[in-house]
Amino acid sequence: MPNMDLKKCPMPSQEPNVRNKNFKEVALGYTPEMAVNEAKRCLQCKNHPCRSGCPVDIDIPGFIAQVAEGSFEAAYQVLAASSALPAVCGRVCPQESQCEGKCVRGIKGEPVAIGRLERFVADWHRENTDTTPAKPTPNGHKVAVVGAGPSGLTCAGDLAKLGYQVTIYEALHVAGGVLMYGIPEFRLPKAIVQKEVNGLKDLGVDIETNMVIGKVLTIDELMGEYGCEAVYVASGAGLPRFMDIPGESLKGVYSANEYLTRVNLMKAYQPGSRTPIQKSHAVAVVGGGNVAMDAARCAKRLGAETVYIVYRRGMAELPARREEVEHAEEEGIIFKTLCNPVEVLGDENGCVKGMTCVEMELGEPDASGRRRPIVKQGSEFTLEVDTMIMSLGTSPNPLIRSTTPGLDADKHGCIITNGPDGLTSRPFVYAGGDAVTGAATVILAMGAGKEAAKAIDAAIQAKQ
Amino acid sequence: MFKIVKKRALNPTVSEMVIEAPLIAKKAQPGQFIIVRAKADSERIPLTIAGYDRAAGTVAIIYQIVGGSTMQLDSLAEGESVQDFVGPLGKATEIEGLKNVCVVGGGVGCAIALPVARALHEAGAKVTGIVGFRDKNLVILEEEFAACCDELIIMTDDGSHGRKGVVTLPLEEKIQQGANFDEVITIGPLIMMKFVVGVTKKYNVKTVVSMNPIMVDGTGMCGGCRLTVGGKTKFACVDGPDFDGFEVDFAEAMQRGSMYREFETHAREAACNLLKAEVQ
Ligand SMILES: Cc1cc2nc3c(=O)[nH]c(=O)nc-3n(C[C@H](O)[C@H](O)[C@H](O)COP(=O)(O)OP(=O)(O)OC[C@H]3O[C@@H](n4cnc5c(N)ncnc54)[C@H](O)[C@@H]3O)c2cc1C
Ligand SMILES: Cc1cc2nc3c(=O)[nH]c(=O)nc-3n(C[C@H](O)[C@H](O)[C@H](O)COP(=O)(O)OP(=O)(O)OC[C@H]3O[C@@H](n4cnc5c(N)ncnc54)[C@H](O)[C@@H]3O)c2cc1C
Ligand code: SF4
Ligand code: SF4
Ligand code: FES
Repeated sequence: MPNMDLKKCPMPSQEPNVRNKNFKEVALGYTPEMAVNEAKRCLQCKNHPCRSGCPVDIDIPGFIAQVAEGSFEAAYQVLAASSALPAVCGRVCPQESQCEGKCVRGIKGEPVAIGRLERFVADWHRENTDTTPAKPTPNGHKVAVVGAGPSGLTCAGDLAKLGYQVTIYEALHVAGGVLMYGIPEFRLPKAIVQKEVNGLKDLGVDIETNMVIGKVLTIDELMGEYGCEAVYVASGAGLPRFMDIPGESLKGVYSANEYLTRVNLMKAYQPGSRTPIQKSHAVAVVGGGNVAMDAARCAKRLGAETVYIVYRRGMAELPARREEVEHAEEEGIIFKTLCNPVEVLGDENGCVKGMTCVEMELGEPDASGRRRPIVKQGSEFTLEVDTMIMSLGTSPNPLIRSTTPGLDADKHGCIITNGPDGLTSRPFVYAGGDAVTGAATVILAMGAGKEAAKAIDAAIQAKQ
Repeated sequence: MFKIVKKRALNPTVSEMVIEAPLIAKKAQPGQFIIVRAKADSERIPLTIAGYDRAAGTVAIIYQIVGGSTMQLDSLAEGESVQDFVGPLGKATEIEGLKNVCVVGGGVGCAIALPVARALHEAGAKVTGIVGFRDKNLVILEEEFAACCDELIIMTDDGSHGRKGVVTLPLEEKIQQGANFDEVITIGPLIMMKFVVGVTKKYNVKTVVSMNPIMVDGTGMCGGCRLTVGGKTKFACVDGPDFDGFEVDFAEAMQRGSMYREFETHAREAACNLLKAEVQ
């Protein structure tokens, strides 16, 4: 008998007023009983609409059926067939607009908690099985991957399983990409990411950190003297945008990347850390995506009394995951929507003391289909803050394309590929993830890595 | 891990380290920098590539001990290793076509100026070196500069070595005497570079400054190193560190440079206490 409860089994989580002072994980995860109970809400639909919402086409009813039976390891094997990072995606996928958005149980009531179940299964596997994968038999071919974010890690893993000798070159001192430097510990514990990275090393993947490709080595060198037959470029979209308004260079104005990097990668959240970060009282985070939510929630945890999200459209238009918006609200983040900064104000020492904002209203839909925000005349007001975090989106870093002759990119700096397999304008050079799409999602980046691995394998095998 | 193959003190607060980093040594160009993390819990700090030996596969850095991170770096001995060493980052100094150049260095900035002076010398340019220090005890790299400058002028604030006074003094004299520099390249404290630009602007001598804002990643990802140059936002780690001195907004750069002063003072004291404890 399916469980006909209209609501998802709630996930235990830390109390808002406790968690907004620590960096431990917010959501605590299902117990096995909760997971089985929630799995029973799935109707095992024949046409499984949920699957069409998952960018990597996970056999959702398949894995949920195993959970309902209590066969968690079998459930994991179903997930692992399509996804390289289920513990990560179960936590950070925008499920409401993907798998869960298509679930029939969502028509009347709440959809099946697919993401939470995925997370449960992956965590269960990590905690209860200890299988070091057997090293695949080498096939004698070498491939290089640039960037150790979810896209690069996935591609490397898939190729390694096929016997390729894969080296990942990563610019920073740790592997993981945004999963390490951007998404905070309280949403994605770093130990989980490192476990995935170690899994790749067990497969024989070589990870070289501190290697800025384009500077220390070029793609042409990798394919020349280093003997790599193909390269997968997964260098992400890390270049932050600013607003170009007066006062943006004042002390106390950060890009979200800098703020989050200081907090996460450089561990400024840990007592005794050597990385400085502003001690703020009132913070305005400009933007409405996941990145903005993360920055705001970090600022709160670092002790700021007041934290605003300043966003030029309305609540309904916030691009962040629903769950993150709800969590942020619970933690006391104040949403100033339909509001846009026009100037940052500074004191005599060059520190931020406030910002001038204008109110907005929504007009006709623009090219993106979203209603265009328009300034309300005479609506200027001042918001008193001592820190501003700009979270206006990022674009791909120019380092690779400017040092790789013949690699085409569009006017936004995104590498151009000829379709889902990721082949670029250069033979045997593939690209995917944020470097191609611009800032997107973990699951899309991962999916691109999988497709590219298949295409690279096919291309190399076809040569023989 | 990157091995420290040689370490020597140049003066009481400035040291040189030669580090095994063959890939970086192979690519390094004058004007570029590396990011180093001394230990697993250290900050990432930028230091200019003071020299390189492509055959030996080593890169030299020269650093002044000013705070917590440089102290941590200096606590490592010859034979030990630094945790992370990334580079070569930034754009190389443009020296092509230059025939007659004045290189103006101040303090530890001289370490950054040296490879540029050397490269110019090797490319056949006439190099006038003007280097300034507070006093005699702080003078570094005198021989090295003498070897690659057609003329070398050493200045100290108190006159204890070389001439007494600031670097802008001989610079202005030279220009007035008709030195006819194609370009002035200046590297040192912000305030010194600002005054150098003040002089060269008067005579309209093209001036390149090497900026050293606070950095985190050094790859164009954080925006922390941003500067306003010619009214536009530039990232020193990827667009620089060299910029047209006439275009740089120095007032803003100086303000931003003091962002973490309070934290730094604290870190320095903590590190000093730690060192004292270790000595006792
Ligand atoms: C704060 C934040 C929160 C987010 N939250 C979510 C979320 O909740 N859900 C979601 O689905 N998505 C989220 N995203 C987006 C998601 O993280 C990205 O879409 C995803 O990480 C892209 O993966 P990638 O592998 O393409 O690139 P990245 O993760 O950016 O990895 C690229 C890697 O390449 C390295 N690199 C760059 N240039 C070079 C070079 N020249 N040489 C060597 N290495 C290089 C970088 O250092 C980096 O490690 C968030 C992003 C941020 C910043
Ligand atoms: C591209 C670049 C190249 C550099 N090359 C060299 C070099 O070859 N040799 C060298 O000794 N230093 C160099 N620096 C400066 C060096 O990075 C800083 O001295 C170092 O980061 C200080 O770290 P700290 O923790 O020891 O001191 P902190 O405690 O961080 O700072 C102590 C003092 O130094 C000042 N300071 C902090 N960061 C910088 C900075 N980036 N530039 C100037 N002053 C700073 C602080 O305001 C403070 O007064 C360079 C900087 C850049 C950006
Ligand atoms: S990977 Fe993401 S979209 Fe696919 S089933 Fe899991 S949570 Fe849903
Ligand atoms: S649509 Fe919902 S109920 Fe149907 S199979 Fe998918 S998860 Fe189960
Ligand atoms: S140091 Fe981060 S962008 Fe330059």
